[in-house]
Amino acid sequence: MEFISNTIQLLYEWGPNFWRGTMATLQIAIGSYLLGIFIGTCAATGKIYGGRSLRFSLGIYTTLIRAVPELVLILLIYYAGSTLVNIVLEGLGFSPIDISGVAAGIIVIGIVQGAYQTEVIRGALIAIPKHETDAGIAFGMSRFKVFRRISFPAMLPLALPGMANLWMICTKETALLAVVGFEELALVTKQAAGKTRMFLEAFTVAMIIYLCITLASNVVFKLVEKRTTRGHPKLDR
Amino acid sequence: MVWDWLPTYAFRFVEGFWITIQLFSMSLFFGFMLAIPIGLAQVTGPKWLGLIARGYCTLFRGTPLLIQLWLLYYGLGSIFPHFPALRESMFWPILIAAFPYAVVAFSLSVAAYEGHVMAGAFRSVPKNELEAGRAFGMSRFTLLWRIWLPRALQNVLPTLAGEAVLTLKSVPLASTITVFGVYGVGSIVRQDTYLVYEPLLFVAFIYLCLTGILVYLFGWLERRVPSESMK
Repeated sequence: MEFISNTIQLLYEWGPNFWRGTMATLQIAIGSYLLGIFIGTCAATGKIYGGRSLRFSLGIYTTLIRAVPELVLILLIYYAGSTLVNIVLEGLGFSPIDISGVAAGIIVIGIVQGAYQTEVIRGALIAIPKHETDAGIAFGMSRFKVFRRISFPAMLPLALPGMANLWMICTKETALLAVVGFEELALVTKQAAGKTRMFLEAFTVAMIIYLCITLASNVVFKLVEKRTTRGHPKLDR
Repeated sequence: MVWDWLPTYAFRFVEGFWITIQLFSMSLFFGFMLAIPIGLAQVTGPKWLGLIARGYCTLFRGTPLLIQLWLLYYGLGSIFPHFPALRESMFWPILIAAFPYAVVAFSLSVAAYEGHVMAGAFRSVPKNELEAGRAFGMSRFTLLWRIWLPRALQNVLPTLAGEAVLTLKSVPLASTITVFGVYGVGSIVRQDTYLVYEPLLFVAFIYLCLTGILVYLFGWLERRVPSESMK
């Protein structure tokens, strides 16, 4: 009972902070997920159609990112990225800037997501029957058009389970940014817990918020799956 | 690149390495022990038990490990001191150390992820093989030990390898509750020497080697287990 009254009091005092944290988490998650899909699509096509040196360097990218802990990567990309930007800015004669939290978070997690997306999208692209793209080429479509009109939509239903999985990983990965000091849900929770000394209540609230995000995403991905696989024969499970 | 700090901190890195290995192997072991009943409960057994097991998987797979870790360490850890009986008991030294909390949190997380995988694996074993076992008069436990579990594991070994790598890569999170593995020692070096990249790169290199070894070990295990596609 004390737990419930404490939680209500906590939400009353820290509610707006939790809300801002949740919004920051969602912003970073959605942004980095889209960036990851973009990187993944480019890298996957590069891995399939590219030359030898391109394939080799993309292989290093995906292997390294997937073998090193996310926390280490986030720190490395964050420091290296901000140093690089400031070197460029100084070279151009501008004063160095402090990169905004959300943008940096999106880039950092997006690069990590990209490596995983590459493998998911590559697997799906390989699985498309070759005559489908050949038909497009026979109709005189450009390579880009074949990709946009045929390969990409044909790949989606195959890649969707993996991509849904990566979205879940993405939302959870944003919590790691708390360690670097980004004001997102995990850090806000920690601040609220430290200030009010209601550790159990604060972290339970955070657990529930993250769980709601996951459950809502499950519903959305079910709907998207239904839409992209329309007309496909039903698989027996 | 400056590397002259390496000899000074070499011993601490060895200590950190040992903690990393301990935390990883203990949580993988306990997690897997829990994952078997969690997987089984979703496939056979009473419906309410299956629902609980599924709910457990959803809860722990749907929330970040970092929050679970903090909930356990800061949340539960702040409640225990209110019980004087616990303070005087022999368990008190365990309850105030951070390492056991890390092991419990990591094990619970591994159990959820692998429990989900094992549920699918148990389901994929053909029914007639289990019936054959029963026809031989095997007890339920013998059936599980001799047929159901080995046949299930055979199918999901690559998936389990992937989960193990993910677990290994989440070990650095324990440094947020003062369990200093390789990553934790790396951040101590960063604070002491004001070097940014070198300690991080060193930690990344160690994890790269560890992941490589883990993938190799699982590959070796997979080759020893006859699989259906090798017919």
